[in-house]
Amino acid sequence: MTITLTHFLLISAILFSLGMYAVLTRRNAIMVLMGVELILNSANINFLAFSRFGDMNIEGQMAAIFVIILAAAEAAIALAIVLNIYKRFHTVNVDEISFLKD
Amino acid sequence: MYEIIFYFFAFVTVASAAVVVFSRNIIYSAFALLFTFFGVAGLYVLLNADFLAITQLMVYVGGILVLLLFGVMLTTNTVSVDIKSGSLNVFPAVTVVAAIVGLLTGVFWTSEWFMSSTMGELTSQTTSKEIGNALITTHVLPFEIASVILLVAIVGAAMMARRERVK
Repeated sequence: MTITLTHFLLISAILFSLGMYAVLTRRNAIMVLMGVELILNSANINFLAFSRFGDMNIEGQMAAIFVIILAAAEAAIALAIVLNIYKRFHTVNVDEISFLKD
Repeated sequence: MYEIIFYFFAFVTVASAAVVVFSRNIIYSAFALLFTFFGVAGLYVLLNADFLAITQLMVYVGGILVLLLFGVMLTTNTVSVDIKSGSLNVFPAVTVVAAIVGLLTGVFWTSEWFMSSTMGELTSQTTSKEIGNALITTHVLPFEIASVILLVAIVGAAMMARRERVK
């Protein structure tokens, strides 16, 4: 039994749905960020799988590199926002932060 | 042998991702995320992407995970040992996620994917030379834009996270 493109796609589908579940249900803002990282990783697996099994040479890997770059930038900015929220509201639960000004 | 390695990394990835999502303790989630990133890096190696695997380990494990752990420790009262985090909207979320995973697996199973002439066989040559060439020839514009984005993100994050406001 050989490993085909579908195997990698199924792994990425499972990873995507787990990340989606974390984003939708967890109260802690940092857990939401972890869910976003899982989603980005599943997208990267798809890019690399299509890059290897399709005839795309290096193109999929280039897309994956830029996804990793954007993930790093996103994590830094999001953590700064979360720290600001904690300074102001003394909580990082996303369901308690429901107004724009105090 | 290839199959065994694939299933091992797939199991590590999926199991630790499940721990990340379903664990009540956010510290456990952060450490399970470490194993998820390792498993995904292993899958990258199986996909002929050795450079991406190393980049994944350096950026995600060395950077993003440490950043997330700092975020956990800075935003929880370790004195009151209240680092549990609850869930909300469980029923709608389960519905939406079940619909998404059903749709995705259905599409992935039933589609006739284009297969390359080499059938995606493993190569032993490294990809870093090709990636380096592509970064300074065909992909030079996204490369430069990415460097500007990283600079803006660093300055913006440091600006937002500093303690006192500039009047």
